[in-house]
Amino acid sequence: MNNRLYGNLIFELSKEGRKGYSLPKNRFGNYEIPASMQRQEPAELPECDEMTVVRHYTNLSANNFGVDNGFYPLGSCTMKYNPKINEEMAALPQFTNLHPIQPAETTRGAQAVCTLVKKALCELTGLAAFTLKPFAGAHGELTGLMVIRGYHESRGDETRTKVIVPDSAHGTNPASAAVCGLEILEVKSTKDGLVDLEDLEKLVAIEGPNIAAMMMTNPNTLGLFERDIPRIAKMIHDCGGLMYYDGANLNPMLGACRPGDMGFDVMHINLHKTFSTPHGGGGPGSGPVGVRKGLESFLPFVSPYESGNFAVVMRAYAYILSLGKENVKMVGPLATLNANYIKECLKDVYELPIDGLCKHEFVFDGLKDKSTGVTTMDVAKRLLDYGYHAPTIYFPLLFHESLMVEPTENESKDTIDGFIAVMRKIAEEAKNDPDLVKSAPHNTPIGRVDDVLAAKHPIVTYKQMIHDNN
Amino acid sequence: MMEKVGVKSLDDLYAEVPNEIRFKGDYQLPEQMSEVEVRQLFEQLGSQNEQLRCFAGAGVYDHYTPAAIPNLLSRSEFLTSYTPYQAEISQGTLHYIFEYQSMMAELTGMDISNASMYDGTTAAAEAVMMAVAAGKKQDTVLISETIDPKTLKVIETYAHFHGIKIEMIRQKDGTTDQTHLNDLLSQHQGKVAGILVQQPNYYGVVEDYSDYADTIHEQKGLFIMDCVAADLAVLKTPGEWGADIAVGDGQSLGIPMQWGGPYVGYMCCTEKLIRKMPGRIVGMTKDNRGQRAFVLTLQAREQHIRRQKATSNICSNQSLMALWVTVYLSLMGKEGLRDAAKLSYAGAHYLCDELQRTGYFLLTYEQPFFNEFCITCDKEVDILLKACVEEGFLAGVKINDHTLMLAVTEQRTKEEIDELVDTIRQIMEEMP
Repeated sequence: MNNRLYGNLIFELSKEGRKGYSLPKNRFGNYEIPASMQRQEPAELPECDEMTVVRHYTNLSANNFGVDNGFYPLGSCTMKYNPKINEEMAALPQFTNLHPIQPAETTRGAQAVCTLVKKALCELTGLAAFTLKPFAGAHGELTGLMVIRGYHESRGDETRTKVIVPDSAHGTNPASAAVCGLEILEVKSTKDGLVDLEDLEKLVAIEGPNIAAMMMTNPNTLGLFERDIPRIAKMIHDCGGLMYYDGANLNPMLGACRPGDMGFDVMHINLHKTFSTPHGGGGPGSGPVGVRKGLESFLPFVSPYESGNFAVVMRAYAYILSLGKENVKMVGPLATLNANYIKECLKDVYELPIDGLCKHEFVFDGLKDKSTGVTTMDVAKRLLDYGYHAPTIYFPLLFHESLMVEPTENESKDTIDGFIAVMRKIAEEAKNDPDLVKSAPHNTPIGRVDDVLAAKHPIVTYKQMIHDNN
Repeated sequence: MMEKVGVKSLDDLYAEVPNEIRFKGDYQLPEQMSEVEVRQLFEQLGSQNEQLRCFAGAGVYDHYTPAAIPNLLSRSEFLTSYTPYQAEISQGTLHYIFEYQSMMAELTGMDISNASMYDGTTAAAEAVMMAVAAGKKQDTVLISETIDPKTLKVIETYAHFHGIKIEMIRQKDGTTDQTHLNDLLSQHQGKVAGILVQQPNYYGVVEDYSDYADTIHEQKGLFIMDCVAADLAVLKTPGEWGADIAVGDGQSLGIPMQWGGPYVGYMCCTEKLIRKMPGRIVGMTKDNRGQRAFVLTLQAREQHIRRQKATSNICSNQSLMALWVTVYLSLMGKEGLRDAAKLSYAGAHYLCDELQRTGYFLLTYEQPFFNEFCITCDKEVDILLKACVEEGFLAGVKINDHTLMLAVTEQRTKEEIDELVDTIRQIMEEMP
């Protein structure tokens, strides 16, 4: 990563008449597009030669930090290394040239990939069937909730419109439920960070006939395994509801415990987390949805083609094959070991609100020594100076200074020890030179940004920027 | 490491997991493969797919991908980064999203764009929900029958669970029946949150949407247009038609067909609606050193802040595919995008003329079209399509037993088109 800002916009490099393309000559004769069909003003797109375009985006990339640059302990995001063979396989022209509505007999190889991936996902989760249609985790969540509502509707159970969600849940859970026309019932967490069974019992007693489902991720967002999951599933099933598993935290369960065996009926998987497809700066992902036997017919039409984000599915399959049955089961234990090791090595200087074994991730509540005024935000920004991506901050909402670390199974002890040393150094700096930490980052292309200015006076296009400058 | 953690074995790390739900056996999965074996397997699977010369469209078009795009996209600083929450080390991503937003707003003639959506169909569904959320107790959306049936099916799925009523505007001779639209508007007075139409429509027809915006605005609803992105280089834009929201798929902007995805959905709207818009938005600001910088903004609309009150559950964009589109539009630029569109237009009209000259086909709808059209014959389309596959052609998409829809892009040469027409002529001659 380059520490100097390359700040140009492609529009600022544009010169009239420059071309970055070449096209065949028109040999079809004179087919003029009627003027009545045409736009009045041309789209003001940049005019650049190919070299200018290539240099521009190459320089932009140098202002970015990815997993290939360094350690990316972003909690809940499972930032694994993305093996390069997966990229090459996904780009094979025998697959990328296929039109999605090509006759089935001409796409046998592509179909085989989908069938094999679905089979592997069933095996790894203990569920009966999967669809690859959902494009992302949130899309999968919505799809799964549609399955659940569809199931209740089919039984004439129209009153079941409420979904129980723990207060520690990812924000997408309640948002997906709302898009699906469902209401949220929040269940509290105990001081140990687990679902409060008493509170849940009360909710079930009052709302039983209205409960469509309970949505959970296990381990939960604190990285803690919900050990009462069999009892929770029974409570929900007994009142007629279904159990939804948010697959965001599936990684530590590989080799340890399957959602189907925990009692879940419907789930989504983030292929871009557990199965190592690249996050691409925010997408494309893939969020296959699995269901228990008997629910297959409720899988809804949420995207046009059964293959979903097919090129992402291709990468996931290459990853599964490269690991094989022998190594898949090491994923969870090694991710869990890495997380616990970091936690144990840092808990004397960072506040660990809930002690004990975590799974793939854990949450600190900021620095132990609060007297310095150095916040979780400051620690996160200072980490950038040392060449690390920051952990997830201010989530979950249960603590004021949440700092959520997820190392994944990929990282070596050397890398992890390096991170631990830097985290300890920052804790020292917070004591000895708090202003240094509070004003971080110092070694990045830009300093802290003015979020308020951006939101108060939104400038979201180049045209608006030019207009504003005038 | 285990000593520090205080466990004796990796198994002990799961001590709290109840024994009855522990997974103890072996997964029924293939054994580990070396890299060369993985490659061999994929190549073998790839050989089971047939490579056809593509004249199919129906929303997915075989446009050319300039070589610089996959090359730039493989830069792992882009590829392996997450959503740009840490602006200080994500200016690369934030810059190109800002450029993407600027270009899509230009292309659609709208004020603003979000940072992209999953695909065109889900973008349309989000637009329908956005219109309902922007309205005042208006729960009905009118959709033209000339829209892509796949888009409609996705919208219907969302609408069913979200409690939105969909009414279809009938089609007449391949275009939206404006008389029926007016009937529906008076029938559902005060309830219509928006109308949704497609351009070019599913059948390739370029429709006349004059007065649509005024008509729906009188009822305080929104006008939503779903357009093929690449065609907007030339066609009258949603902005010029007076649309409030423009959505569609960006696949036509140089993204490979790759058997269905990933593609990228776009959503643009008027400035007035910015806070109702779903998805990520990148905005300009300054850093504490006084430099121009970009950042995710207006996050108060989003799920991680608003939870169940968010404008949508979407919490990502299709970032890398937005970069694909951005690099494509940078390379093609103002002239290239127009030239490619004109070439596709010319090729399609040439193919249409040549097919009609065989004497076996009639243009299904006597309407203006762009680079895709429907033709009707008295023979069975299924048989024709199958025979074409044997000759290495994907000769379009079946609309019904006697109607076929074909698309042409700048990639199809005159020789290929002539060969397709000859092949079809021969097949038709031999068909009973």
